[in-house]
Amino acid sequence: MKIKEDGATKWFRLIAYVVVLVGSVLCLLPFLLIVSASLTSNEEIVRDGYNLIPSQFTLDAYKVVFMFPEDLLRAYGVTTLVTIVGTAVGLLLMTMAGYVLQRKDFKYRNFFSFVIYFTTLFGGGLVPYYMLITNYLKFSNTLYALIWPSLMTPFLIILMRSFINSAVPDEVVESAKIDGANDFVIYYRVVLPLAVPGLATVGLFLALHYWNDWFHSALFINDTAKYQLQFYLYNIINTSNFLNSIGAGAGIVLSGPVPSESMKMAMAVVVTGPILLLYPFIQRYFVKGLTIGAVKG
Amino acid sequence: MSKTIVPKKKGVLHELNKNKILFLMLLPTLLYFLINNYVPMIGIYYAFVQFDFHSTNMFQMDFIGLKNFEFLWKSGKLVQLTINTIGYNIAFIVLVNVLAIAVAVLLSELKGKWFKKITQSVLFLPYFVSFVILSVIVFNLFNYDQGVLNTVLEKFGAEPVNLYAKPTAWIFLIIVFFLWKNFGYSMVIYLASITGISEEYYEAAKIDGANIFQRTWHITLPMLKNTFVILLLFALGGIMKGQFDLFYQMVGNNGLLFSTTDILDTYVYRSLRVTFDMGMATAAGVYQSIFGFILIMTVNTIIRKINKDYALF
Repeated sequence: MKIKEDGATKWFRLIAYVVVLVGSVLCLLPFLLIVSASLTSNEEIVRDGYNLIPSQFTLDAYKVVFMFPEDLLRAYGVTTLVTIVGTAVGLLLMTMAGYVLQRKDFKYRNFFSFVIYFTTLFGGGLVPYYMLITNYLKFSNTLYALIWPSLMTPFLIILMRSFINSAVPDEVVESAKIDGANDFVIYYRVVLPLAVPGLATVGLFLALHYWNDWFHSALFINDTAKYQLQFYLYNIINTSNFLNSIGAGAGIVLSGPVPSESMKMAMAVVVTGPILLLYPFIQRYFVKGLTIGAVKG
Repeated sequence: MSKTIVPKKKGVLHELNKNKILFLMLLPTLLYFLINNYVPMIGIYYAFVQFDFHSTNMFQMDFIGLKNFEFLWKSGKLVQLTINTIGYNIAFIVLVNVLAIAVAVLLSELKGKWFKKITQSVLFLPYFVSFVILSVIVFNLFNYDQGVLNTVLEKFGAEPVNLYAKPTAWIFLIIVFFLWKNFGYSMVIYLASITGISEEYYEAAKIDGANIFQRTWHITLPMLKNTFVILLLFALGGIMKGQFDLFYQMVGNNGLLFSTTDILDTYVYRSLRVTFDMGMATAAGVYQSIFGFILIMTVNTIIRKINKDYALF
């Protein structure tokens, strides 16, 4: 039997469809802008400005991007390596921490949770942190400087903890214990398989963070061969803006191709593409994996 | 090593020994936060010395008391920086949560599995964009010579505008692009909480004759309170920091716009990496940390007095 919908519900639905649809279009528009600009010839951009739909499609910008691919590919390599290692290590540590912090028989779970949360309230600031990484840990110009700072965040640990708490019933852990399994065995035999949606979600956030990071390259890396992809792009954009501002005809000889407007857009597509491809695989776990509960528990 | 010490008192050691595997599993995380977050707190001392680039030991540098803070105060920027930082953050927190809750509620009421799935993904899509790409988008939209805005204006015969010389416009732009990029994230978190609400509540309300607005107001929104509080808890922690990437990538070192767009984070970063004024950078960083901490503690104490349940910690 189908329940007839009342007037209020119909209005509500109508508003919902309109708002969601308009919101979606606004979210997509800038993407469209970049993709279409990357497919426009540079002359057209300089002559007519950016348009939503180019009058003539061309792949020239992409050809230029891949004409001298060494630097781009190297930056890709750095970012890929950092993303994979950072996400793997971070996930391992955060799932262990999340599991321990939600165990009711671990007496100090609230105290340690607060110790972790407290770091979001108070810190030494950027300069002491800079000194820690460069002077004491001596990470400058190494990939450690890119991996270490983003390994864990209190928010993701709490997210992980809430997820494990809701996805793994206490009785399952108890019965595994009675069967003689120790806490680590329970973690990787019982908890991890049940926590897949949480792993996927937290993993995606972590990977995204590493992939989009430019700041730690800017702070700690001088060696251009170790630039992350985003920082490599950032430098190309700045060079291009700089050249535009002083006038490209000032007699400066460049070793690489002069970055053009459309080429910048093609780079943006090339840089964002791979991480977007990850999303469809994660999507089905996504809403399920985002359960969040309190710091205390 | 099979000797086991069982202390008579059930103290900390007994507890750690009982759960030693659990403790060992937590240990790397604790060490990480100790080194990464607690140890740098000692570095607050840098704010009280004359910084020396040739020395690596801060305790050998000359102690100058509050001189760095004096310079910072005399630069005359502190008040503006504080107002900008807190103002933007409050706008971000309020608007993101309102928008995210509203859209999550609407989205959860939609019929049509595919429509729901696709729009939900699309709304989250901007979160994938890096801040570097965001700066490309912004430049693409608003630059004077080729930007979309001016291209459109010219088509309608209007005068082109140079937004990169209009500080007030950026208050609006920064907030809009922050929302564009980040609201999807909070929205999905709220959506997850809504999905977790038992259907029974809604069924019971329907039988009692509650319409969809009443159901939303009396069931959905109250059930989102916990999620809201936890998101607020983490957002407030960053009220004196927050969104360095956004400001630095959208505005960069464009001094024309600093009056409305410079926040403490960008100021500290420029002092450290552009002007190399270490004393100023540390002093500003310490001010940021301590002021922020006092602010949160005050807010928390007030809330605790009004209603203990709503206190953050």
